[in-house]
Amino acid sequence: MQLTAMDIYKLLPKTNCEDCGEASCMAFATKLSEKETQLDLCTELESEAFTELEAMLAPAVREITIGTGDKTVTIGGDEVLYRYELTYYNPTALVIDIADNLSSDEFQERVKTIQGTEFERIGEILKLDAIALRNASGDPAKFAEAATKLKDTRFPLVLCSFDPEAMRAALEKVGDEKPLIYAVNESNLEEMAALALEYHCPLTIFSPNDLEKMKNISRALRSKGIEDIVLDPGTFVEAGVGDSLDDFVMIRRLAVEERDEDFRFPILGIPALTWLYEKDEVQGGIREATIAATLMNKYADVLIFHGTSIWELIPVLTLRQGIYTDPRKPQAVDAGLYEFGDVDQDSPVLMTTNFALTFYTVEGDIKGKANTYLLVLDTEGRAVDVSLAGGQLNAEAVADLIKETGVEEKVKTRTLIIPGLAAPVSGEIEDESGWEVLVGPRDSSAVPGFLSDLKEKS
Amino acid sequence: MDKISQLLKLLEKTDYLEINEFRMDFDELELQLAPAMQRIMQQAVQQQAVVKQASEIESLEFTPPVQDYPGEVAEVQLGAGSRKPVFLGGQKALYRFEDPQPNPPVVTFDVFDIPMPGLPRPIREHFSDVMDHPGDWAKKAVKEFGANMVTIHLIGTGPKVMDKTPREAAQDIEEVLQAVDVPLVVGGSGDPQKDPVILEAAAAAAEGERCLLASANLDLDYRMVAKAAVDYNHAVLSWAITDVNMQKTLNKYLMKEGLTPNDIVMDPTTCALGYGIEFSIDVITRTRLAALKGDQDLQMPMSSGTTNAWGSREAWMKNDDWGPTDYRGPIWEIVTGLTMMLCGVDIFMMLHPLSVQLLSEIGSTFTKEYLSTDVPDISNWITELE
Repeated sequence: MQLTAMDIYKLLPKTNCEDCGEASCMAFATKLSEKETQLDLCTELESEAFTELEAMLAPAVREITIGTGDKTVTIGGDEVLYRYELTYYNPTALVIDIADNLSSDEFQERVKTIQGTEFERIGEILKLDAIALRNASGDPAKFAEAATKLKDTRFPLVLCSFDPEAMRAALEKVGDEKPLIYAVNESNLEEMAALALEYHCPLTIFSPNDLEKMKNISRALRSKGIEDIVLDPGTFVEAGVGDSLDDFVMIRRLAVEERDEDFRFPILGIPALTWLYEKDEVQGGIREATIAATLMNKYADVLIFHGTSIWELIPVLTLRQGIYTDPRKPQAVDAGLYEFGDVDQDSPVLMTTNFALTFYTVEGDIKGKANTYLLVLDTEGRAVDVSLAGGQLNAEAVADLIKETGVEEKVKTRTLIIPGLAAPVSGEIEDESGWEVLVGPRDSSAVPGFLSDLKEKS
Repeated sequence: MDKISQLLKLLEKTDYLEINEFRMDFDELELQLAPAMQRIMQQAVQQQAVVKQASEIESLEFTPPVQDYPGEVAEVQLGAGSRKPVFLGGQKALYRFEDPQPNPPVVTFDVFDIPMPGLPRPIREHFSDVMDHPGDWAKKAVKEFGANMVTIHLIGTGPKVMDKTPREAAQDIEEVLQAVDVPLVVGGSGDPQKDPVILEAAAAAAEGERCLLASANLDLDYRMVAKAAVDYNHAVLSWAITDVNMQKTLNKYLMKEGLTPNDIVMDPTTCALGYGIEFSIDVITRTRLAALKGDQDLQMPMSSGTTNAWGSREAWMKNDDWGPTDYRGPIWEIVTGLTMMLCGVDIFMMLHPLSVQLLSEIGSTFTKEYLSTDVPDISNWITELE
């Protein structure tokens, strides 16, 4: 059901006026189908065709922004079921819950933890995206008070309460910041819908394991003119996780393949529910991360966590980074000779591949810790072990790299230090290049130590 | 009359009218009030109808989006003779709401023919007492950790490791066969020259036990591996490097040697979480979709070398900012395996008991019908969560 460039082209003016910056209407259509340009750049489009194209180009899953100003997170926007077909858009928003009945100190401490959670990978700082305030007290006044306290954080909010009175009390304080309202169910539909309209906030539907009811509520909200909807079909942990997976997959399949208007919305999962059943901190953390990874793999656009341990969040942040990498962009850096620190003719020469992750990992390990040259081999963006098996990392290619980069004019040494995983071709590289090959550590974190040992020996 | 008009004017915006202690004294009255009142009444009723229509949720039917698949995944039996058999594959659909899969995902515990000092500490602490004997190691994996299967990696046969002979390899296989009654995966050392020879010796030692020989790939004499499987009744792991076309080619070659889809398990390569897992996601997803669409060269169950996860520095490297490796390691292995499982992988080579347990828990739901499990009431989670 993915839109083709031809479908779009049919509705364009076909004048090739180039006002949009493209050489032809067909080129513009292609860019539009890949979401790489904007429809309103077309100057000759009739309003009727514009409306039709706008609807055609709307993503299968509605894109929704939570928050305002510089405190926002955008979710949804997906077009495909499988990332290889295009790419996934807008990484899953990772949200941490906070209860409105915590003591003032506990509350502050938790906010501080959430704000401070970050992890660097491949040159990117991975962080959390929002805070979910939970009306654990059941008291509207406490809920509103806690919401006010969260105004000072740098995060957009999710307000969690099924009580419309509490929701109104909180919205009176933070409604102007466009929080995500969680949640409407069949018994509070009128009141919650009215609040969403009054405060122009996105609204979550909670319909655990009942997609028929979800469809009906979604239709009712849409008929009232509510456009920004998020779907929570219930997160079940333990044996029920199979049902949650089915619900998530069905919703997304209906959105993408059947364009079912009632389901074309982002999906919300709550791995935090793990803690209803598991009280042990370690077991709970491992299980919560497991549920989060399960749901993220199958289309979760928002995930609410209860645990804040870094060891639990790192794998989830890492998975998100991988899944949402654009498969159309090569994961490669430029091949060639790189210098780290103060290098001279006596500096050592290391080698690695041009897979972006490999390169940035090595770079992170040697930058500021070693003075060395680094030869980066073009393996079409493959890691050391993968390119060794696939043949891109071979003796001839390494010998050519040595010649082409002119490294032989820069250093006196004729010793090449290769990654530990490339050991099987060490002999062949020696034969082909005439250099001596030294097999380095399997993990580049050990490179600085390896180099200083080497220096001591010589 | 003027007073009545004034009254009606006042009533124009009124939804209802209540008259208390009303008395009228007159001789003749023209009831001009009636139409006006009627109009007001009608308006009120209409307004109520609007409200009612909006609050009454329509009753729309929901039909699960089930698809038809022209192809299906072959079922592979591992274990025969003195082994309790395990079955892999057999899926006729992508998801269980379409058709639950006939066999749950299976985990096979990694066991080595040498003590493997390089294994991460969280693993060693579970097995350090048995690492000198592959038989004891296998027994512990089965008895204490409920392994469905055991993978015996003949690492010691590597020319640069201990250069064990094919005869020694066969002895190790016999030791493990004696120790447990689960099916075995037999792995080599990764040396392309020696592996086929070692696998043949192991296949002969385990004749009729239907092991999975790991592996056949395009870099070694896959014909020899295939022949050993055919001759001694085993299955073959067909290993390609994240490349669907390479996988197809290799499978075709193996089938030319006399193996059928019921004798082949594919390993499309598991890149670990954070180390290219997205490439594996794509390749495995495409492979399974191709199988269900009817591509006969890809209709075999799939395997994941989930153990690769332990090579990730996030799993083993000491770093106080990242928390204890005791927790990071197992999660890294779980998330890597789980991600592969959700793309369709059927059998997992794993190391840590907790990882195995959590993966199996989720995998066991794949054979159940949608909505057939008792799920807890979660409707009060907002207040119930501590």
